[in-house]
Amino acid sequence: MKKSIFHPTMFCLLVGHFFSAQANEFEVRGNIEVQGRFFYEEPLYNSQHNSQFSLAAAPEFFWSWNDGTDSLEFVPSARVDQHDSERTHMDIRELSWIHVGDDWETRVGIRRDFWGVTEFQHLVDIINQSDSVEDVDNEDKLGQPMINISLVKEWGIVDFYVLPYFRERTFAGVEGRPGIPFINTDSPLYESSEGQQHVDWAVRWSHSIDDLDFAFSWFDGTSRAPDLQPNLSPQGEFELVPYYKQISQLGIELQANLESSLIKLEMIHNNNHQQDYWALQGGIEYSQYGIFDSNADLGWIVEYAWDERGEDSSSNFQNDLFLGTRLAINDVDSSELLFGFGYDLDFNSTSVLFEASRRFGENIKVAIDARFFESNEQQDPLYLFRRDDHIQITAQYYY
Amino acid sequence: MNLLLKGFVLVLFGSILTLPALAEDAKNKGLEIAKATKAKDAGWGDSQTELEMTLRNQHGQTSIRKMRLKSMEQQNDGDKSLTIFDSPRDVKGTAFLSFSHPQANDDQWLYLPALKRVKRISSRNKSGSFMGSEFSFEDLTSFEVEKYDYNYLRDETIDGELSWVVEQFPLDKNSGYKRRIVWIDQSEHRIRKTDFYDRKNTLLKTLTFSNYQQYINKHWRAKKMEMANHQSGKSTILIYTDFKINKGLDEKEFNKNALKRAR
Repeated sequence: MKKSIFHPTMFCLLVGHFFSAQANEFEVRGNIEVQGRFFYEEPLYNSQHNSQFSLAAAPEFFWSWNDGTDSLEFVPSARVDQHDSERTHMDIRELSWIHVGDDWETRVGIRRDFWGVTEFQHLVDIINQSDSVEDVDNEDKLGQPMINISLVKEWGIVDFYVLPYFRERTFAGVEGRPGIPFINTDSPLYESSEGQQHVDWAVRWSHSIDDLDFAFSWFDGTSRAPDLQPNLSPQGEFELVPYYKQISQLGIELQANLESSLIKLEMIHNNNHQQDYWALQGGIEYSQYGIFDSNADLGWIVEYAWDERGEDSSSNFQNDLFLGTRLAINDVDSSELLFGFGYDLDFNSTSVLFEASRRFGENIKVAIDARFFESNEQQDPLYLFRRDDHIQITAQYYY
Repeated sequence: MNLLLKGFVLVLFGSILTLPALAEDAKNKGLEIAKATKAKDAGWGDSQTELEMTLRNQHGQTSIRKMRLKSMEQQNDGDKSLTIFDSPRDVKGTAFLSFSHPQANDDQWLYLPALKRVKRISSRNKSGSFMGSEFSFEDLTSFEVEKYDYNYLRDETIDGELSWVVEQFPLDKNSGYKRRIVWIDQSEHRIRKTDFYDRKNTLLKTLTFSNYQQYINKHWRAKKMEMANHQSGKSTILIYTDFKINKGLDEKEFNKNALKRAR
């Protein structure tokens, strides 16, 4: 695995940077990243380590022609991890052709597309699979092959998607931390006999009226979130195997801007052959601008997550409360502090994130993330990460 | 009562009677100047420009931000604008879409390319700093007559141009300012200088406009704007280059799909 990833990574690292010097016919940009994770406690599993370093690169190539009505975007991404063979991986985030018509747009190829309004969980967002090995927050997404037609009308924007290939979720490997070493991603199970070849589709209508943004969406196809099923491997060892159901999902997004606050709500109704359910994530984001007669902005977020399946839910967020605050100093270096706190009202577990970031000079950005997990109930999915408190330092060079 | 005192009372009484009328005159004159300034520049249609913003802190250290700005005039509504950031590199591709409205709240969205996410910005962010500069969001939105109350102060010569000096009082309670004083030259209705007073009515910032250039024999645009913050000692210089006007930009350049496409 490591051998095969070496060349793509070198390609991402070198070629992207080389081309940026002569980008007159097309445009190149991107970043190169060095990251270290440091854990305080001894790992739960003896295959894991107390520190873990990695190197990543994501160049972006962009061509445009016909006066900008046609364009092509190519964004490969690769990471080499010191220990985790699953985190040593590459992906094509984007490789797509975009054509812009009068009141429509077609986007064909591998792409990422985001749906949603809330901050602590993205319930409605379903087009792309999570690249979970990148970071525990699941904000990184794998590229999804698609044909997307977007219509821009007086009454909003309507997107139609055909999604011809399914991407499996990535999970940390045996030596990866935080991670669950006994997840077997080599032989996932599918409800559909077509497996990864199942063609999914989706449609979304979104619109803005004055201070209100809203969207309604429908997705039909393979669930992005797998159930992890207990199994005995041929060697007789306990393992968890991802099982991908067929689902239909209704998504509702609402966002209202009242004075300094954004009121946010995401709701889904998930139809599947086991148990249909509703889930929601909602809350308020409140912003203060120019605090203490300075340029600094301070934001506050309170959100609540609920899932009809309750404690049996495969989701981490079935009855959880979140609190977040973000201080943007608005100085030359774009210094920022972020604090996030999640509390599970059923399992009394907590997770805490503290993040500080700033730019050094024109091209380098450094972020320090500290994450703490506290969980005492075995039934709680977070229980498996109870010893994985860590500090992560990431330095990125942008070109 | 002696004659002198009688005369004084008469004068005082007379001035009480005429003061409101004078205030009304000054208010109307201020409003007329604002309307005339807006009307004189009407019909610019659309514009595109590149911007270089130099941030200077109190120690004289500087940092440069680059961006591109597209704007479009709207009939019976505030302008639409799209700002695309080019540097620093880590924010490259970030884009800001704004629909300004004369009376209602402005609509604003930010596109974050790393997350492929369009995020709504609270309309309250008027007083917030734009990109860490001394410009706040409201300093950069289009001027709409209905957004202020006015008070004409005096005529004064500035940069060799006879100008009207007018006080403008923001009607929006989210504005970071109690008032602004604007110098508008009488020959071409160009803004020469603006003083900004914070909510406590203390002089906060001064914006000076220079290197004016005329486009299609009508529309004057300052190629250089300098904002000095008197309280922090910091300043920001904005330089406009490659300015194009009335090239026929389309409405479709100013929606959320265009925001996601912005490069």
